[in-house]
Amino acid sequence: MTYLAKPRLHHPSLKPNAVGFTRRDYEGRISTLCAGCGHDSISAAIIQACWELDIEPHRVAKLSGIGCSSKTPDYFLGQSHGFNTVHGRMPSVLTGAYLANKSLLYLGVSGDGDSASIGIGQFVHCMRRGVDMVYLVENNGVYGLTKGQFSATADAGSKSKKGVLNTDSPVDLVALALQLGASFVARSFSGDKAQLVPLIKAAIGHRGAAFIDVISPCVAFNNHTGSTKSYDYVREHNDSVNFLDVIEGREPIEIEQPPEGVIEVVQHDGSILRLRRTEPDYDPRDRIGAMNFIARHQERGEVVTGLLFVDPQARDFHQHLGSVQTPLNRLGAAELCPGAAVLEKINASLR
Amino acid sequence: MQSTDIGHPDYFHKVVDCQWACPAHTPVPEYIRLIADGRYADAYMINWKSNVFPGVLGRTCDRPCEPACRRGRVEETAGHTPEPVAICRLKRVAADYKGDVSARMPDAPAQRNGKRVVCVGAGPASLTVARDLAAIGYEVVVYDGESRAGGFIRTQIPRFRLPESVIDEEIGYILGLGVEFRSGQRIDSMKDLLAQGFDAIFVGCGAPRGRDLDIPGRREAAAQIHIGIDWLASVSFGHVHRVGRRVIVLGGGNTAMDCCRSARRLGGEHVTVVVRSGFEEMKASPWEKEDAMHEGIPIRNFLVPVAFLHSEGRLTGMQFQQVRPQVDAQGRRQLLPTGEPDIEIDCDEVLIAVGQENAFPWIERDAGIEFDRWGLPKLDEQTLQSTHPKVFFGGDAAFGPKNIIWAVAHGHEAAVSIDRMLNGENLRERPIPAPLLVSQKMGIHEWSYDNDITTAARNKVPWAPLEHTLNNIKAEVELGFDPQLAWKEAQRCLNCDVQTVFTLNKCIECDACVDICPMDCISFTANGPEAELRTRLTAPAQNRSQDLYVADGLKTGRAMVKDEDLCLHCGLCAERCPTGAWDMQKFFLEMVHAGPGCRTGEGVRRAA
Repeated sequence: MTYLAKPRLHHPSLKPNAVGFTRRDYEGRISTLCAGCGHDSISAAIIQACWELDIEPHRVAKLSGIGCSSKTPDYFLGQSHGFNTVHGRMPSVLTGAYLANKSLLYLGVSGDGDSASIGIGQFVHCMRRGVDMVYLVENNGVYGLTKGQFSATADAGSKSKKGVLNTDSPVDLVALALQLGASFVARSFSGDKAQLVPLIKAAIGHRGAAFIDVISPCVAFNNHTGSTKSYDYVREHNDSVNFLDVIEGREPIEIEQPPEGVIEVVQHDGSILRLRRTEPDYDPRDRIGAMNFIARHQERGEVVTGLLFVDPQARDFHQHLGSVQTPLNRLGAAELCPGAAVLEKINASLR
Repeated sequence: MQSTDIGHPDYFHKVVDCQWACPAHTPVPEYIRLIADGRYADAYMINWKSNVFPGVLGRTCDRPCEPACRRGRVEETAGHTPEPVAICRLKRVAADYKGDVSARMPDAPAQRNGKRVVCVGAGPASLTVARDLAAIGYEVVVYDGESRAGGFIRTQIPRFRLPESVIDEEIGYILGLGVEFRSGQRIDSMKDLLAQGFDAIFVGCGAPRGRDLDIPGRREAAAQIHIGIDWLASVSFGHVHRVGRRVIVLGGGNTAMDCCRSARRLGGEHVTVVVRSGFEEMKASPWEKEDAMHEGIPIRNFLVPVAFLHSEGRLTGMQFQQVRPQVDAQGRRQLLPTGEPDIEIDCDEVLIAVGQENAFPWIERDAGIEFDRWGLPKLDEQTLQSTHPKVFFGGDAAFGPKNIIWAVAHGHEAAVSIDRMLNGENLRERPIPAPLLVSQKMGIHEWSYDNDITTAARNKVPWAPLEHTLNNIKAEVELGFDPQLAWKEAQRCLNCDVQTVFTLNKCIECDACVDICPMDCISFTANGPEAELRTRLTAPAQNRSQDLYVADGLKTGRAMVKDEDLCLHCGLCAERCPTGAWDMQKFFLEMVHAGPGCRTGEGVRRAA
């Protein structure tokens, strides 16, 4: 935590991207989270991903609820749209915004309390509807702002900083998302940007509900021995199923048959997800296989990370609804009230 | 790469670019902070200890610190031309506003140690030796041919750059230590001097001979042609009051700049500087060239003098060949005639400032001191001892013409040599200075230094109006910073002496420092050979002259690698570090000067 703004000076090798911004231009205000918070690393990964994707900041809406994680949208993409909702209500506000204006890129940032406790109902429905968004949970297994009580994602048997054992079963948001029909599901670790940045990029390119559960250690209340969300524990138990390279659409695509051990998925925006397997039998296109794999490995205490599931044929909420091409907020009175004749026609068709 | 040994005194010293570049290794950021704090006398004393002539150097130093200054590297993205902190001019502020520091000066020792040292010449090198040795009890005698001490400082630097009162004050502090100054006595025999039984002799007589230019017409028009340094000395002593209306100054060094600006003040209406080389290759400091041009003096380049033109025994002008530079196959730059006709420049007087030479006509060749084929004494570069064990050289007399700050550095080293020798100690085994590292942490985000980085551009030193300075050769041109401007300029100092110190076993590899670093200096990555490692850091480390700080053996098997090149020393890495693995620690290093600190005790042990 610092009172000083980050100096404006930057490394001379820092290059602008295709839309003329350097990585520093995607930063927000200086973070007021605790020093060493995993959430700050996630913010840095979002900044990196948006810079690499040449995203125009004004095309992004970042929404969040309440909590340490939900403070973070203030610390990245300072030139984007932002909205802090009531606790746990980010998904419904985001759904509304997305319905009204589908032309923006929606980034929902939430925490384990915001999504797995107070907002779990919102999370569930947002996933099953296929709202076109990146839903990012900064998961530290603890209520940091209220000084370290277990959250709903804390593993049974893990220990609090004060030494209390958690006896409740954990909510596994990844398993839930898979079951609820999310078309992009990933898990990562704030301490591994090499994995996290491509996942965020792939999620941004995905059309449909893209969910990323990021284990993000709380240095103040959940980074001790006995915790299953500490830097040390996650590093020791991290079972990464694949390496992801995102090949952006504008680059020439030459490979026809992916080499052995590589799975390629073409996304709607033309980008290619190239997945190099580290678990030989893991196919991220198989939803049920993924659910089984994750459950089995989780039982052994392993933290399964990587791109866990992606549906190449995903459809989003607007497609389900069959809404018009034009974002609804741009429709004029003439389109919205086409007149009695049209109403008459509709009524006739229903008789 | 091997993990960095931060215990080595050179490692963090190199990070303090200004101090590392300074021949005397003055702790620059330390005194700049004191200036920002209004503690001018404290700032002055740090300087005085290290470089002996802060007031003089604050106006005339060659400033090797400024091209080295980190500001010049990090400001590329600040929206203005990168420029170093005005270190030299801040030094002058300390001298200008220090008040009376006489009470803080060491007293002449009540008791002498019985050893006698003689210095030949009363320039900056000799005076440094005298100060260092007199203060610790040596009896020091200084000889000079002139009536007043100072050497080059007094005779050649024009008064409009350096007022005499500044010289008098700072030489006064040295002579006040009980140094015996024998003025107006030029030494004309080394053998005689050796016979007088001094325990050590220091030769600091400078490079007193100005190079001449032997081309047609030199002898015929001799009355209007002068050697630059001799002419400057005559101006300084008031023997010369006027110069012709049209003056040509030959040469591109700082002496040429002093000559042309002096001529401009003594009636030279059309003063022209003519240089063989190009403008960029001129030896004069950029700011001295600027000052000359500001006074309406044109500098003409790529002209080689062919002849002095004269008529009836009077100089009328000069003839020059036009040349152009060409790089030959060996990469050497040559000046080739362009083939265009020679040009003539009319003039009434010519000042020749094409270099200086060493001359030791008073040292007999059989006095036991060997010279090399360039006529310079053979010296041990570290100890400055000549082939005669009792005779030491320093300043321009040692390795040819350099500048004041080098003379001071030589003086300190020679004084250490003499002190060790006369205490029966080996000259070459000198103690290395021990740096102090002290944490600057005061609280969660409180540091005992100002870590808010400004992007402000360098402040200009105010000048006195030209119509005033051009009519009075004693009127100082630069007015110096006032306290407000000095404070603003001091804010630009990046406090490079406040070091980022990394403790490996405290690090939990949370990446917080990597994310916050504004200059992308920090990486956590697999170790590798330096050349390859430099290419795959968070930002490439392209400046090979700046070190990588490597701490290998983290829990994940990676290494922490920090590129020291562009670090702003803002301390944000340490503020963001949850475990205190990063700390900001002030590095303070003072050179070892003559005195008990420079001795290792071997002489005492041997005697016992």
